[in-house]
Amino acid sequence: MSNQAELDKLVRSEYSAGFTTSVESDTLPPGLNEGVIRFISEKKGEPDWVLEWRLAAYKKWLEMKTPTWAHIHHPPIDFNEVSYYSAPRSMADKPQSLDEVDPELLRTYEKLGIPLHEQEMLAGVAVDAVFDSVSVATTFRSKLKESGVIFCPLSEAVHEYPELIKKYLGSVVPQGDNYYAALNSAVFSDGSFVYIPKGVRCPMELSTYFRINEAKTGQFERTLIIADEGSHVSYLEGCTAPQRDENQLHAAVVELIALPGATIKYSTVQNWYPGDAEGRGGIYNFVTKRGVCHDNAKISWTQVETGSAITWKYPSVILRGDNSIGEFYSVALTRNRQQADTGTKMIHLGKNTKSTIISKGISAGRSENAYRGLVRISPRAENARNFTQCDSLLIGDQCGAHTFPYIESRNPSATLEHEATTSKVSDDQLFLCRQRGIDPEKAVSMIVNGFCKEVFKELPMEFAVEAGKLLEVSLEGSVG
Amino acid sequence: MLEVKDLHASVAGKDILKGLSLHIKPGEVHAIMGPNGSGKSTLSNVLAGRDGYEITSGEALFNGVSVADMLPEERARAGIFLAFQYPVEIPGVSNMEFLKSSMEAIYTARGQEPLDAVTLLRKAREVCKLVDLDQQFLKRGVNEGFSGGEKKRNEIMQMLLLEPRLALLDETDSGLDIDALQVVAKGVNSLRSPERSIVLVTHYQRLLDYIVPDFVHVLAGGRIIKSGGKELAHELEDKGYSWLEGHDA
Repeated sequence: MSNQAELDKLVRSEYSAGFTTSVESDTLPPGLNEGVIRFISEKKGEPDWVLEWRLAAYKKWLEMKTPTWAHIHHPPIDFNEVSYYSAPRSMADKPQSLDEVDPELLRTYEKLGIPLHEQEMLAGVAVDAVFDSVSVATTFRSKLKESGVIFCPLSEAVHEYPELIKKYLGSVVPQGDNYYAALNSAVFSDGSFVYIPKGVRCPMELSTYFRINEAKTGQFERTLIIADEGSHVSYLEGCTAPQRDENQLHAAVVELIALPGATIKYSTVQNWYPGDAEGRGGIYNFVTKRGVCHDNAKISWTQVETGSAITWKYPSVILRGDNSIGEFYSVALTRNRQQADTGTKMIHLGKNTKSTIISKGISAGRSENAYRGLVRISPRAENARNFTQCDSLLIGDQCGAHTFPYIESRNPSATLEHEATTSKVSDDQLFLCRQRGIDPEKAVSMIVNGFCKEVFKELPMEFAVEAGKLLEVSLEGSVG
Repeated sequence: MLEVKDLHASVAGKDILKGLSLHIKPGEVHAIMGPNGSGKSTLSNVLAGRDGYEITSGEALFNGVSVADMLPEERARAGIFLAFQYPVEIPGVSNMEFLKSSMEAIYTARGQEPLDAVTLLRKAREVCKLVDLDQQFLKRGVNEGFSGGEKKRNEIMQMLLLEPRLALLDETDSGLDIDALQVVAKGVNSLRSPERSIVLVTHYQRLLDYIVPDFVHVLAGGRIIKSGGKELAHELEDKGYSWLEGHDA
């Protein structure tokens, strides 16, 4: 059998996280209006200022238009067909401990490999588990509190740390930043809030696991991470959703604030349901992620994107302070009919600011994979430096890889480097592997893993292995 | 070991091998020589099962089984090893990782327990030494940034580790300087044994000074036009291939 035929054979793979949890849910009927926003706000018992903030965002959103500049194609989204709030009924009484949480929910996370009972958990990783519109559980909270670290659902933080929320919510991604950010600001449900006090090195990895379960429901979480002066935190998010024939919307906002001398490492393993081989179903993933670095601070984004029918996201860093550092390491794998338009923005404002962009795009099947990145050097950013490397790997001959780099330099002292390559998993490489006895499936995943090595080494160790495996599973359906 | 009978094969629709027959017994070393375009490399690629190399008639039996019925990886697991003329790079996949996967696949197919990591590493270091490759090469990407000579020695290193039953060396000597040639020859010679057969595909007689074959075959126009002992190679060196071209009917 030819290599091509072997690759073709790999086409149909199962999406392992595609199961549905049957729990009774309180789900809002589809539709978006002020009443829906008031309902969400009331459900969460929010103070008036949050409601006002939401409504202001909604007004902005109504005046905005869907962005069309990305290299993606989809039928217009009817925002009135989406339900904006869904929560398992059992969560209505606000369980006080894991023992009170519906075992069906706990089993869901167990099946996904995220046990929430602390004794069973990965040692050293605290998890906030978000199910549709609510946080189900947040582990290790008391242990974290000992070092002053706050890790809780955003809906709780609004009540308990209003001064921090007031100061920072929307400070990096303003309500009207873009169409999907405005939508999120109006209807955001749950998400994680993290605060690391001055000089503290967070004693464990923090992570949030997002799960969309209910049909016809969108997930609009919002994450806010504040690393106070000289502190250090590593945070990871994971995402999955059941296999459904209709498209589901996910529009999240993540804001990171790295105060002087702080370091935030933010890693994402995104495995939303990608749709089937014909392009039916799958998550529409429109996400705004941005961080701001003050003097001597550092923000590092690492993402492994294997899921979603459409991925539209550009984790960015505003290098406001002098000597600050921004990094973006990305692996984006698309197959079947998936479309990804992803990349980053590095906005150099401070002096001696440095940014690094390493992007690895892997396209298979009939998918389209685009890197879009902006490097902007402002006039006062003396001695700014950027290094960008974009590599694309093609599997088969019906997929597309695109690179859209934008460079705007307004300071002559800047040093900018850009490297880009496109390659194919060649028949020669496959034949070499097979001639050494290696299965074609294993060979492709080995070649792809090798291609991604520079990015995987940036992931926290436990997850680097996970990501490698995820890529393997995803590749089982690589060429059609 | 290998029985090739009246083999016809085409590459991209073009007939290259036109009735090639060859019989190789265990323990024998055969050299296949011939001018450019005679079909030397086609033969090794057909035997190893490269995509696009198609047997149109005749057969090639490896230990009694037709290779046409086996996938490339099955042939490798049965003990056919091809040392490539142009070894490709696999960036980011370390040599060690590659060897481990290969070894696991082959040992498992043989019904043997694959070597544990420590033993494998020790063995790999030994064979590196034998072909004069620094141990650092085990950590580097497969052929990534290797010089031509290093790539060839890397092939021999893999061969020594995998201990095939039939080793096909496709112009392993091309592009090697005399020192590297001796190193490669030392590696190949160390593999000679009564159970193992070796086929050297080469353009030049030079390699055969260091790896002395039991038989020499001259390939021209897709067929073997003359066979003989090791002295045939010397004769060819003196008289050139044109000397034999009259033989090709």
